Amino acid sequence: MSKGVGGVEYTKVEEIKGPLLIMQGVTRAAYDELVEIETPSGEKRLGKVLEVGGGRAVIQVFEGTRGLSVVGTKARFLGKTMEIPVSSELLGRVFDGLGRPIDGLPDPVGEDFRDVNGSPINPEQREYPTDFIQTGISVIDGMLSLTRGQKLPIFSGAGMPHSMLAAQIARQATVYGEDFAVVFAAIGVQHHEASFFRRSLEESRAIKRSCLFLNLADDPAIERIITPRVALTTAEYFAFDLGMHVLVILTDMTNYAEALREISAAREEVPGRKGYPGYLYTDLATNYERAGRIKGKKGSITQMPILSMPSDDITHPIADLTGYITEGQIVLSRDLFRKGIYPPVGVLMSLSRLMKDGVGKGKTRDDHMEVSNQLYDAYARVQELRALVEIVGRGSLTSIDLKYLHYGDVFEQKFLSQGYDENRTIDDTLKLAWEVLSTLPEGELTKIRSEYVRMYYKGSERGA
Amino acid sequence: MEKKGKIVWISGPAVKAEGMSEAQMYETVEVGEDKIIGEVIRITGDIAFIQVYESTSGLKPGEPVYRTGQPLSVTLGPGMIGTIYDGLQRPLSEIAKLRGPFITRGVSAPPIPLNKKWRFIPKVKKGDEVEAGSILGTVQETPLIEHRILVPPDHKGGKVVDVVSEGEYTIEEDVVVVEEDGKKSGLKLAHRWPVRRPRPYQVKLDPEIPLLTGQRVLDTFFPIAKGGTGAIPGGFGTGKTVTLHQVAAWADAKVVFHVGCGERGNEMTEVLIKFPELKDPASGRPLMERTILVANVSNMPVAAREASIYTGATMAEYYRDMGYDVVLVADSTSRWAEALREISGRLEEMPAEEGYPSYLASRLAEFYERAGRVKVLGRPERISSMTLIGAVSPSGADFTEPVTTHTIRFIRTFWALDTRLAYSRHYPAINWMTSYSGYIDSISKWWSSVVDKGWSKVRAEAYEILQREDALKEIVRLLGPEALPDEEKLILEVARMIKIGYLQQSAYDEVDSYCSPKKQYLLLKVFVEFYQEALKALRSGVGLDTIRAMPIIPKLLRAKFEIPNEEVDKLNTLREEMLNEFQKLSGLEVKPIV
Repeated sequence: MSKGVGGVEYTKVEEIKGPLLIMQGVTRAAYDELVEIETPSGEKRLGKVLEVGGGRAVIQVFEGTRGLSVVGTKARFLGKTMEIPVSSELLGRVFDGLGRPIDGLPDPVGEDFRDVNGSPINPEQREYPTDFIQTGISVIDGMLSLTRGQKLPIFSGAGMPHSMLAAQIARQATVYGEDFAVVFAAIGVQHHEASFFRRSLEESRAIKRSCLFLNLADDPAIERIITPRVALTTAEYFAFDLGMHVLVILTDMTNYAEALREISAAREEVPGRKGYPGYLYTDLATNYERAGRIKGKKGSITQMPILSMPSDDITHPIADLTGYITEGQIVLSRDLFRKGIYPPVGVLMSLSRLMKDGVGKGKTRDDHMEVSNQLYDAYARVQELRALVEIVGRGSLTSIDLKYLHYGDVFEQKFLSQGYDENRTIDDTLKLAWEVLSTLPEGELTKIRSEYVRMYYKGSERGA
Repeated sequence: MEKKGKIVWISGPAVKAEGMSEAQMYETVEVGEDKIIGEVIRITGDIAFIQVYESTSGLKPGEPVYRTGQPLSVTLGPGMIGTIYDGLQRPLSEIAKLRGPFITRGVSAPPIPLNKKWRFIPKVKKGDEVEAGSILGTVQETPLIEHRILVPPDHKGGKVVDVVSEGEYTIEEDVVVVEEDGKKSGLKLAHRWPVRRPRPYQVKLDPEIPLLTGQRVLDTFFPIAKGGTGAIPGGFGTGKTVTLHQVAAWADAKVVFHVGCGERGNEMTEVLIKFPELKDPASGRPLMERTILVANVSNMPVAAREASIYTGATMAEYYRDMGYDVVLVADSTSRWAEALREISGRLEEMPAEEGYPSYLASRLAEFYERAGRVKVLGRPERISSMTLIGAVSPSGADFTEPVTTHTIRFIRTFWALDTRLAYSRHYPAINWMTSYSGYIDSISKWWSSVVDKGWSKVRAEAYEILQREDALKEIVRLLGPEALPDEEKLILEVARMIKIGYLQQSAYDEVDSYCSPKKQYLLLKVFVEFYQEALKALRSGVGLDTIRAMPIIPKLLRAKFEIPNEEVDKLNTLREEMLNEFQKLSGLEVKPIV
């Protein structure tokens, strides 16, 4: 982990509370400096400086403060910020949440050492993401298209199949060549979820092109602050040094935010909403913004963070702030999940902001964007009508309303639903979309240019 | 004595330094061995609190803090147009040349090139009297912008004793020398101005000319005036940024400032890619030739985000002072407020609502008050304006949160984005019931004299249809649409047509993206007339289903993207066609016996 051992050692502990260790008499320490802590029993842990001044240093201990005591605890300030070794050897390996190997193999030899906090990409140097990624999933390719270098989170809830969806995307969206890699960071997830993902990568033989960082539910909570950073630092190396197209999956960001809240509370900071620190937005952004493409570089980082919304509440600060930073969101719907539809993507609440630049002429097909808009528009009307039917029954609906209700069912059954192993091409997806739209009279398709309607409409009710 | 202090404490972007008793509030300092930039924001005894504009990672107590004696300032002169700056006016392309694709700390680069020569055409001669704000000469900055070189606002002016001849000069050379009370001073193509101090003007005037954006729902229903203030709050995914990009792209201002504070990096990249391609509707030149970007994206240092809004506003005021209408869009003021909150928290100030500092409201007021239509300083006399539009990102799309509620107090046009509309892909998702504009009366004169006398009436009639639909929707929700009489069902039908065919506008459609004032008026008029004709037909016994099935309807709904601005006469043809169809209808149907 560390480049070399050295630095200044201090032994005067002022206070230990929650994840924090406060040292006194510290004369030479830097803000953000990495600290090696030795417990009275000789165990070594890592931490970093959160605040320093007046001879006091506040240290956040990643592996927790259990077993630390005022007497006998040593803190060695290492004179550098936290770094990890990076190299192509990281592919195919499994690490803990701080980047230490847990697959029984020796420490990788670093071709370079990188600060886990990274540096912001100069916006002027970014390349705008415009390359369509075919995920083979109709609802994503057709209505929420993903582009290379995009950050598109999955908003899920307890028990819903977000891992399956992410695994299906990882399996189907990647072209198995030398230039692709999957970086997977488990942040406080349960063992079965991490192993499901690992198995899925193994089955698709993608494991050799993957790098896993696992902080499981029973691992130290504060370590979770570092796990996505370690994963993204690795991804940046793969993408911008080695020229790979990297898909990064971070699951579950809710656990990350909770670890952040724990530290903030221990520091007695003034909280923002629901006890989360006021800087949650900025902190999340320092992770999410580490996606994208850079001018003149071959590789890219596509990010797919997963977060579970407490009580399925999309206005919860974690989902809310994530939605403000990421380039859209895929929201899983409890209703569709109960109906047994997979993938249960609540399309109306979902959005891909970069779709407009990744689809259309020369990329997918000319009519793609308009077809997507029409699918949305019609489905939005279906939802209104369904609400109406609940109250007044079908009797008071017009004949056109009934056609919309029928459209809604066909949309969900034919277009939205698809098998976990089913890989549809974009042509299949658009063909299906027109089949579904053709259940409506032609005159209803006002979001689509007349020329495309003439070309693709298959319904019986042709109009003006 | 040496102007130097010593760091004693560090926590994130906040640093305390001792030996600073002579420091001034808002003085710029250089912190640590790397000399990273900071600003003094509180002084207690000889301890100064400093907000640091770059990462403080690795900084140690004991490192020096150098005072500069200067407040945080920007350089104003030719060469700014088309540039993308960070929050401290450092050009990002220069930073990239020095440091590569990632931004690392401690980099400095001049805001405008020091060695570039500009062709200066003097407009004053020896013996002329000039005052603060007077025009000394011009430089063609881009094909679109004639840069007017001004006497700095804090300069006393005086008698011109020397002036260079027309020729090529850098921003560091004196081009005019003036004398006042026996004191000579040289004036250059550029000068500096502190960002937190609004540039002075002579007098503020009432805004009465609309700032046209080419967006139907904005221009027609909720207009903003040149020199006005507006806010656009909305939850995530409701299209704040897209709407602001549209405003920045199509607004009929001379210079446009886009301040991305705390938003996504890719959004700035998008502007950088699209604006050089998009053409200004008035001149046909690339939009980038009139645009300046300030990008302090979400993962760049938070204190610089706080400064970025002032950096942008000061540059904008400078172009206003030349006599131009300028518009500044800030995306997002909520992230700016969060930066305030973060710094305030580190200083352990007593928080007000949701942890925001108690001075949030006054800071917002100060910012929006910098907008206005003004008579600027100096000669010749010029009237110009700065329009300010701020995006607000309310947490949980809740408009009762502090940043939104305080912003509302200081703006006059309110474009409320609605999550429900966005979910049904009604874009721009501006809710027509909760949005408002305080400028309708003052700008209606412009519409009547420039576009059509009937504007106010057509607008009011269309808005009434939307209002009546909103009231009827309640009944429909409870009883279903069949419970309504046909005339009310017609309201629902026409409101739907106005929503689809008028209010919804695609930013990505070549034709629909920008809608000229003339097209806006004619299109809305067709819908209003459709309603009147349909009502007549209904009353004369034509069935509602027959009206619903009229072949003209899909054509009306597609008119927005099938009839380009240049062929706006086709709307008249479409109107004829509509009237003909109605004529046929009433000819065919038999009047019922009442």
